[in-house]
Amino acid sequence: MLLLLAIHLAAAVVAPVLVRWWGRRAFWALALAPASAAVWALSWTSAVREGNGPVERISWIPQLGLELTFRLDTLSWFMTLIVGGVGALVLIYCAGYFSTTAHGLGRFGGVFVAFAGGMLGLVTSDDMLLLFVFWELTTVTSYLLIGHYSDRKASRRAAMQAIVITTAGGLAMLMGVLLLGESAGTYRLSEVIAHPPGGTAATVAIFCLFAGVATKSALIPFHFWLPAAMAAPTPVSAYLHAAAMVKAGIYLVARFAPAYSTHESWRWCVVVLGGGTLLLGGYRALRQHDLKLVLAFGTVSQLGLITLLVGLGSRATALAGLAMLGAHAMFKAALFLVVGVVDAATGTRDLRRLSGVGRALPLTALAGALATASMIGLPPFAGYVAKEAGLEALGHLDEGSAGPVVLVAVALGSVLTVAYGLRLWWGAFATKRAVVPASALVPDAVATQVDGASSPGTTTRLEPVIGAEPAPITKPSLMLVWPAMILAVLGLAVALLPQLGEHLLQPYAETYPEGEAGHLALWAGFTPTFVLTLGILAAGVALWLVRDRVERWQSGAYRGPEADRVYRRFMRRLDDVAADVTAVTQRGSLPLYLGIILAVFVLAVGITTITQTSWPDQLKAYDQPAQVVFAAATIVSAALAARARRRLKAVILLGIGGYAVAGLFLLQGAPDLALTQVLVETVTLVVFVLVLRRLPPYFSDRPLAASRWVRLGIGLAVGLTVAGVALVAPGARIHAPVSEDFAEEAVRWGGGHNIVNVTLVDIRAWDTMGEISVLLVAATGVASLVFLSRRGGQIFRADEARQERRVWAGPDPMARLRRATDQARVDAPSTDREWLRAGSTLAPQRRSVIFEVVVRLLYQTMIVYSLFLLFSGHNAPGGGFAAGLVTGIALIVRYLAGGRYELGEAAPVQPGLLLGLGLFLSAGVGLFALVLGGSVLQSWIIDIHLPLIGDLHLVTSLFFDVGVYLVVVGLVLDILRSLGAELDRRAETGEDAAFGSDDGVRSGAER
Amino acid sequence: MIDMTPNLVLVVTIGVLFTAGVYLLLERSLSRVLIGVILLGNGANLLFLVAGGAAGRPPIVGVEPEGQMSDPLPQAMVLTAIVITLGMTAFLLAMAYRSWQLHRHDEVQDDVEDRRIARLAAIDERATADDDTEEGSETLDDEAATARDETDDGLPADEVRR
Repeated sequence: MLLLLAIHLAAAVVAPVLVRWWGRRAFWALALAPASAAVWALSWTSAVREGNGPVERISWIPQLGLELTFRLDTLSWFMTLIVGGVGALVLIYCAGYFSTTAHGLGRFGGVFVAFAGGMLGLVTSDDMLLLFVFWELTTVTSYLLIGHYSDRKASRRAAMQAIVITTAGGLAMLMGVLLLGESAGTYRLSEVIAHPPGGTAATVAIFCLFAGVATKSALIPFHFWLPAAMAAPTPVSAYLHAAAMVKAGIYLVARFAPAYSTHESWRWCVVVLGGGTLLLGGYRALRQHDLKLVLAFGTVSQLGLITLLVGLGSRATALAGLAMLGAHAMFKAALFLVVGVVDAATGTRDLRRLSGVGRALPLTALAGALATASMIGLPPFAGYVAKEAGLEALGHLDEGSAGPVVLVAVALGSVLTVAYGLRLWWGAFATKRAVVPASALVPDAVATQVDGASSPGTTTRLEPVIGAEPAPITKPSLMLVWPAMILAVLGLAVALLPQLGEHLLQPYAETYPEGEAGHLALWAGFTPTFVLTLGILAAGVALWLVRDRVERWQSGAYRGPEADRVYRRFMRRLDDVAADVTAVTQRGSLPLYLGIILAVFVLAVGITTITQTSWPDQLKAYDQPAQVVFAAATIVSAALAARARRRLKAVILLGIGGYAVAGLFLLQGAPDLALTQVLVETVTLVVFVLVLRRLPPYFSDRPLAASRWVRLGIGLAVGLTVAGVALVAPGARIHAPVSEDFAEEAVRWGGGHNIVNVTLVDIRAWDTMGEISVLLVAATGVASLVFLSRRGGQIFRADEARQERRVWAGPDPMARLRRATDQARVDAPSTDREWLRAGSTLAPQRRSVIFEVVVRLLYQTMIVYSLFLLFSGHNAPGGGFAAGLVTGIALIVRYLAGGRYELGEAAPVQPGLLLGLGLFLSAGVGLFALVLGGSVLQSWIIDIHLPLIGDLHLVTSLFFDVGVYLVVVGLVLDILRSLGAELDRRAETGEDAAFGSDDGVRSGAER
Repeated sequence: MIDMTPNLVLVVTIGVLFTAGVYLLLERSLSRVLIGVILLGNGANLLFLVAGGAAGRPPIVGVEPEGQMSDPLPQAMVLTAIVITLGMTAFLLAMAYRSWQLHRHDEVQDDVEDRRIARLAAIDERATADDDTEEGSETLDDEAATARDETDDGLPADEVRR
């Protein structure tokens, strides 16, 4: 069976290609997939009859108890035949039905075959969870098929409605399946049926299963999606909505009926859902004008009938139900195909417009007649045999069951079936005296009539006009008729051999616990059932004869709330509720979100800290007296920074606090941290100032003073909570620290003495790798926010800017004084020796000789120092991070002294190159160790004795550190080039409003 | 073994850093939010160290006696945190600049779309169009009359043959 599923899958995948190659003829090839399933089932016929059907079992996810289990018993065999046989015929029909220029045929073919495969899996799987998977697969594929014409609103809406309803039901069903599986202790379908669990779980599970059944098989109150789904192409209606998908729910009923048909809630579900659907569908079918809609409501009605028969739980009804299921698949699919032919021939399906079609298309009319005869239960057709057996069995139901009520319902439903069946054939093929003229059916005319004459939901009756021109008829290809003809003739053929059907289907009926065995027969004698059948036929014909009156009465009668409208109203309410919930929870205010998060933090962590931990026994004021000084500096600067109104003041206070924290780090015994903190604090200060040039000098005022107290309150609460945590945390340790052996490991495996650095580049190198990736992303983010469409701007070289001399220009109070010196410089160009290469690009008033000299002297020293930090970091404070920051500060200094051209001279590379190279180097070192046979990022220690220099102690993790160094340099360079150089350039070209002319600045200053 | 007695000065410092940090974090001005984040970062870094034990000697083998070293693991973590804070500072400042470029201020405004949804919800208007919930006047029959498959109907004869 897995092979068959694989064939379907393969066919579905190649379908688009085949359709592209061969056009619509590809459907012939696709038909092979479902045909193979039908042939395979046929080959197992006798074995299945004897109960020796094939079983396949493959373990899938053993941890979840999921396995691919398939089994072919009588019910599965029968369903496989229907699914495969009808599927193949409909696909062949498609090859002639669709125009060669039709859109999306490749996708259509693929989804269609995928659906057939899903259906095959659904009816053969012996695992309830697997069954659910296939169940949902058919839901999704049917959604795609109903929505085939995705450019049509009706199509999209029908597809959406179908998937929402069937998925909702499917989820309920999943719950039922889980309940059954958990209480039975197994998910194998055959075992659950053999030993069904009882109790409340079973009752709930039954309701859940029926939710799935009712949605899938279009039983009330969910029947409305099926008529709406007629927006799908007709072959889809023929297959999904007559033979296959809607039968999935019936299949589920038939599967579980032997186990639960005696259960009280099961009985109620079957009788109410089945009976109600049977009558409602038949009633509604009588007033439809569209042939497909007549068939759709007819299908709804018949699904109700079959549910009743297979669900009631006696062996005789089960046999009749199964026979009905097969008969229905044949005649209803045939009728849909026939309607498709009429549609293709005349361009309309409105039975008020059709006349004389039977004369023009006699073979089609014959196929339609045969199928209709089977549908209304005329002997000697399959429908008759099945219905006769059903009526007979219902008459002999046990006392106490709902037998009489069901019998009346079925009889009434059958009368309606006769009436709408005749109406269908008459409407499609008869030659009528009067038809509704085409002009009356123009959509606009319909629309105005609806708007003007009646409330929504009541169709205006269009009176036929004698002598009006009916729809024109063309002759479609004969190939379209044959699939329908085969199905219709089959309906006659199987009826002529009722004993064979009984013989093949009886094993299924025998799985039911009670009732006498039923029989299928063409002629069972002049019994009360036969009289009833005659009565039904007579009443049905009579009802058809007065069809005009029935139709008129129906369109006038009170209809009650239509399920479709109720559904839409419900969905609308759901949308409204969702919007209300969104409006309450998603306020769109950042401070509010943060406040909520912090409040939760305070409550959760605060309560745990107070109740679940023990406070420390002893407390010391400080470790070293100097801590008090630095702590005081930190506290004061933080408090002042929070209160500051001026941006620059706040930033400078922040910097002071940062340096004080570095002092605390140093006193704590963390020189690496102190070094890094000082360097980072310096860079941060510069970055802030670069951006603050653009922002107003004062923070804007918050209008609400009250909110400040709220914020302060939350802040205090968080501060107290964290302080509590800080008090408790040191004493909460229950294990020896993982870092206890770091000292030894660092020397032995990492080859270094600075444990923190070895931790970064070796012991926890993965963390560092992740961190430099974050830096790379942050740097790219900065550049992208400034350059917007590019990764980086041009590199400013001094040569290109020789004559400019206007970087950082602005008001120059000393201009007059300067002019003389400038003149002197121009007079003597040969003496123009510069301390910095691009110093002359600056506006004269921005230059500072002392600064330039200092930078010139310091720059190389700083670079050398940073390299020293980089290489010594393994054994002394330093390392890639600190070294990168020192190099970055060196670049900053060059930029501050000489402007953006000087920066270009100092680092004539794109920062992206440094970042990429750094990450590549770090990752490459990791892989290098892998090549050498170690694990990723493992260090290799190489000791070489070099003459003159001495012993060289080389650890491969040094290259990792070099990568870190490059990434950090890249980050700083990116910041300088985007927030520094690019902002300068924009200020000069006027792309950003120059500082000082900004409205915000002025209003800020006025305050 | 490292001395695990809490250090009151550091605890108070952490508390103040968090208080000031949260106070600024809840502001609307992006640069104030950023200052708040940095203060929070400093507080969190100190918290890490305090949780790792009391002050000790730098963790450098050979230079310092091993028993008196401070715990190196939190230090390694905090070191990466410091540098990441730098990356985030730069990113948020770039955002503040961009906000200034677009709006001439660096304030974090309420999400306009969220407010729109709330406003529409208050008057029960729909925020998005949705075919599925529309109650049109079209009946099934009207819809069916317009739905036609792409068959050969109406095509020129030679195209049908192909």
